[in-house]
Amino acid sequence: MAVCIAVIAKENYPLYIRSVPTQNELKFHYTVHTSLDVVEEKISAAGKAMADQRELYLGLLYPTEDYKVYGYVTNSKVKFVIVVDSSNTSLRDNEIRSMFRKLHNSFTDVMCNPFYNPGDPVQSKVFEGMVSGMMVQVS
Amino acid sequence: MSGSQWELPPELCCRPMAFVALTGLDVTYNAVHRAIWDAFCANRRADRVPISFKVLAGDHEYPKCRTKRTSYEWYIPKGILKTGWMNKHLNLVPALVVLFYELDWDDPQWKEKQSECATKVEIVRTSLQGRNTKVAVVLIQKKTPLPPGEDLVASERASSLCNACDLSGKSLFVLPHTDHLVGYIIRLENAFYEHAQTYYYTEIRRVKSHKEFLNKTTHQLLFVRHQFKIAFFSELKQDTQNALKYYRTAYSLVHELRAHETNMLEIKTMAGFINYKICRLCFQHNTPLDAIAQFRKHIDLCKKKIGSADLAFEHTAWMSKQFQSFGELFDEAIKLGLTAIQTQNPGFYYQQAACYSQDRKLTAQQLCQAGAVCPIPDPLDTPTGGLDFYGQRAWRQGHQSIDPPDPEKERTGILALQIKERDVPHSELIIALLSNAVAQFKKYKCPRMKSHLMVQMGEEYYHAKDYTKALKLLDYVMCDYRTERWWALLTAILSTALRCSYLMANVKDYMTYCMELLGRASTLKEEQKSRIEKNLLKVLKNEVPDAEPDCEPSGSSAAAALWKDRMALSGSNEFSIEVQDYVPFIQCKARFLAPSFHVDQPIQLQVFLRADCPHPISFNKLSVSLSNQCYNQWCVVEASGQDTMLLTPGETSCFSFNFVAKTQDVGKKIEMTGIELMLGSGRWVFLSWRGAGGDAASAHEALQASRSARPRGPGAGARPEGAWDALTIQHSTMIISRVPKISVQLSHQPPALNNEMYCITLSIQSQEEGVAREVRLTAGLKPGQDANLSQATHVTLDRGQVCDASDPALLPDIPLGDLNPGHKVEQRVYVRCVSTGPRVFLFHVAYSINTSVDGQEIDCNCHKDETIAIETVEPFEVSSKFVSTKLEPLDRVVVDIPFVLMTDLLSSSPWPLLLHSSSLQLVTMATCTPHPLSQLEQVVLQTGECASECFCLQCPSGAEANGTVATGQYVISWRRESSSLDTPLVHTTVPLPHIPLENIPLYIHAELPSFGRVRETLPVRYHIENRTALVQQVEMAVEPSDAFMFSGLKQVRLHILPGAEQQMLYNYYPLMAGYQSLPQLNISLPRCPATDTHTLRRFLPQRIFVKPQGRELDDASIAAA
Repeated sequence: MAVCIAVIAKENYPLYIRSVPTQNELKFHYTVHTSLDVVEEKISAAGKAMADQRELYLGLLYPTEDYKVYGYVTNSKVKFVIVVDSSNTSLRDNEIRSMFRKLHNSFTDVMCNPFYNPGDPVQSKVFEGMVSGMMVQVS
Repeated sequence: MSGSQWELPPELCCRPMAFVALTGLDVTYNAVHRAIWDAFCANRRADRVPISFKVLAGDHEYPKCRTKRTSYEWYIPKGILKTGWMNKHLNLVPALVVLFYELDWDDPQWKEKQSECATKVEIVRTSLQGRNTKVAVVLIQKKTPLPPGEDLVASERASSLCNACDLSGKSLFVLPHTDHLVGYIIRLENAFYEHAQTYYYTEIRRVKSHKEFLNKTTHQLLFVRHQFKIAFFSELKQDTQNALKYYRTAYSLVHELRAHETNMLEIKTMAGFINYKICRLCFQHNTPLDAIAQFRKHIDLCKKKIGSADLAFEHTAWMSKQFQSFGELFDEAIKLGLTAIQTQNPGFYYQQAACYSQDRKLTAQQLCQAGAVCPIPDPLDTPTGGLDFYGQRAWRQGHQSIDPPDPEKERTGILALQIKERDVPHSELIIALLSNAVAQFKKYKCPRMKSHLMVQMGEEYYHAKDYTKALKLLDYVMCDYRTERWWALLTAILSTALRCSYLMANVKDYMTYCMELLGRASTLKEEQKSRIEKNLLKVLKNEVPDAEPDCEPSGSSAAAALWKDRMALSGSNEFSIEVQDYVPFIQCKARFLAPSFHVDQPIQLQVFLRADCPHPISFNKLSVSLSNQCYNQWCVVEASGQDTMLLTPGETSCFSFNFVAKTQDVGKKIEMTGIELMLGSGRWVFLSWRGAGGDAASAHEALQASRSARPRGPGAGARPEGAWDALTIQHSTMIISRVPKISVQLSHQPPALNNEMYCITLSIQSQEEGVAREVRLTAGLKPGQDANLSQATHVTLDRGQVCDASDPALLPDIPLGDLNPGHKVEQRVYVRCVSTGPRVFLFHVAYSINTSVDGQEIDCNCHKDETIAIETVEPFEVSSKFVSTKLEPLDRVVVDIPFVLMTDLLSSSPWPLLLHSSSLQLVTMATCTPHPLSQLEQVVLQTGECASECFCLQCPSGAEANGTVATGQYVISWRRESSSLDTPLVHTTVPLPHIPLENIPLYIHAELPSFGRVRETLPVRYHIENRTALVQQVEMAVEPSDAFMFSGLKQVRLHILPGAEQQMLYNYYPLMAGYQSLPQLNISLPRCPATDTHTLRRFLPQRIFVKPQGRELDDASIAAA
């Protein structure tokens, strides 16, 4: 399960960041922000190859000592970043993929809301609830 | 050893090379020896064998060899690896000792020298007692040796020398000291290398042979030690593949050791050494992935092996060093050609190293009490000054049991280590590692990672109390986070920067950071903002702000003193802060109310201000600067007297300014160049915005506002933020001329006809209330169209004559005088277009008038433009053709024979045309009539009507009869029927077509009545003219015809003199009524075969109408009826 989930706008500013409350929130902000380097690089590399058949899931962005950072880019260049604890070895690639898919579906719902202005921070309760379900549960 | 306790020993990090000692060389005084030594050490490139040479004295004492153990049964090892071992085998114990000796084969004192040499060998052997080190002898000879086998003396003496020195033949070398020294040396060192390899091979065998004596319970340490030694010897032997294999075994063995608190450091130290060797060899073998995998495994295995909790900083220091040295290995491999990628580069290892160093600093701060005093005697001192075994404690070396031998010693030892740790410059180490990482990430396109690390560096400088450097770094990266809109991160950085500036008492920076932390981009809580605002207000009053809460007390008190000093400084209390590139706590947007203003309207300008801070803030002055500075005086609002102007948080304040533009600025743009807001009392701060306000975040907010579907705007009850965001900046306005109050009407009759004087009547009526002075008209072709049009268009005011090329396409500034209110003036303009197609004409009426704006009298220029598009068409089309006098079409004309020119003039003008006259201007040709009158005179042509005219022409004799000739021109004078009589006529000249001309030798024409009557004589006279200068013989025959009987010469041959004419008369007698073919006349000229009946026949009539015979009776009956 994730320790941090972030939605980043096309222009690379955060639309939504949620991290486990037990740890330093700022650190996760930095982790997500620095991971955008890799995301950008992967997008530009994929863009050259084949724009239309691009795989949305970017895989493991980079490993740090404590966390694994995974990335996902929608067709409208909104990025999702999921950070999981490095010690959590039980998590498979498939599960990460399905987490991203859920996130993407939920974000699509947010975008479909006529009262949501694209580019504004996400404040949807449904989205919040879905993200909470994917986070590490802290007792 | 303080900071470098964790440094890897240099003998571990170097590349092991076989050690060969050279003796018997006197490199100081003997030039030959010096040359030999230089040849050995100079130019040791990759293609030379890897040997490290050393010159030693002949009687050099090599390290003593301990007596070999025969049984390990009672032996308990004291540690894994002795600290001196690697160095011993790299630099002290040679694989081969080479004795250099000067001796020629034919030396006269051979016997003596041989025994001296043997003695020297013996000395070396003795000092190497117990070692397997090989000994070799090199004879330095002056003479070039003969090829082997030829010199019998040499081979005999060589074998005797070998015997004397107890050497094998392979260990005796000869070095002739001649020109090819380097070549000989290279051959020598190759031979040495082989000996060294054998030595290391036997050493490996020797270490391996110990294995059978070991048991797993007591000799665990030896398993590791032996594998390490074998691997190291393999490396010396340059057998890196096997070395890697043995190191890997050693690595797994080291983790099998029983680990407890007392030997944890030793295990980790050795594991680190072996790991270093493995990674190094993997990189060397170009298998970087293996290196990375090994390193990961190493870290995973060792991460949790913290060891003594009191010395936790040792673990983090060691971890940091692991990452650092791996990063260095990686970096080195890259320099040798390895390619790294964005997600796998040395930067990550440096970063992690820095991270562990930060942990080290934290644990050190927790564990090392400030007041502790170093115990005496220092438990870290050892009798030798160093340790015997790697990774052991100085106060209990060689101790291998689980519990420390002496708890008291253990306690003081730990205390001593903690005290030592206290003095380590942690921040320096961290910053060095971070800057290494920054360099790497810069290289591998990770700008955000770089920024993050720079933030960390900045924070570390802050901890190290180097606030200037900290601010420099933080300032540098802040902008990146601001443009990417990561407000939480920006706020964190700003908070650190605020503390730095507070501690330095840097007033301007302090205020800038405060302002941004109070702004809407800051994610600080309300109470923090409130605290910061209070501090800011204090600074604005030239008071000392409260300390930042997270600063340490000592720093805060020092800072307070600094602030007091600043306060006392009377000067430099005015600050100007550019806030455009920040997100300041006061937002400013300004706009002109319209993108353009007429010069007779006052220019309106609004400045909106909005404070985002928690408490109201007052200001003294607001001023706008404009591109034309004379207007600035109108755009200032200042607090009068004591009361200042107040900005309430969350509310938008609007300030409006009006001013009257100067007339000379008409057509110019007025821009806002800056807005300045003055705050403070006691200390004055000018917040300045460039242009018309806005800041680093406002552009995006405006974009979001425009995207939003929510109704926004004043009447819609929108949220105030929305209304604010939706406010657009209008930073410039145009000053345009006053709206003219005149009407300009154009009357004309389009389309214009090509070449005519097209009349356009312009009527100008004034609706002004005052006198329109100096009315001027500019009329003509509108500039900016096809350049050719200006050549083909002419404008004039003079109706009297047709204008020509000297008239311009545009008539500028025609003065029309003053125009009183309600009056009207008319002006006619004549345009002549000499090419067809559309044109746009411009009529520009300008005048000046006095008017008043806001009570100010101004003299404005007004103008009104009218444009019309006029199509020019051809008035008519002229076609012409040549026909014979019989009105048959001609494709050529014959000299001296009349023909007819017919012209058709088809009107294509929509207006009736009056054709005044037409005339021919002939070339070559002449008219047959002396003064031909125009047949078209005063004819009026309606649209689509056609006027035809014919002229009888003749080409005079003597004209050149070759090729085509020009006929001339057809000139038509015309005008519109509707135009007045005095309108000048337009002369249109149409060129007539060219026609081929020919000469004929014989001309024949017939003279006959216009019709015949059945059974009545029809006389026909043929005239035959000879047009050549020769007598022509003509044969002539008339063919019989069914329709005619005839009388006359049926067949005749006659001669016609030059220029003479012969007449032939025939009386035809028609037999049938109707159109009848005349009897064929066959003519042939034997002298001119080219001219025959066929060519002549065209001059003759072919048919004639024959009327039936009249009946008188019938006529009478018709008359009667």
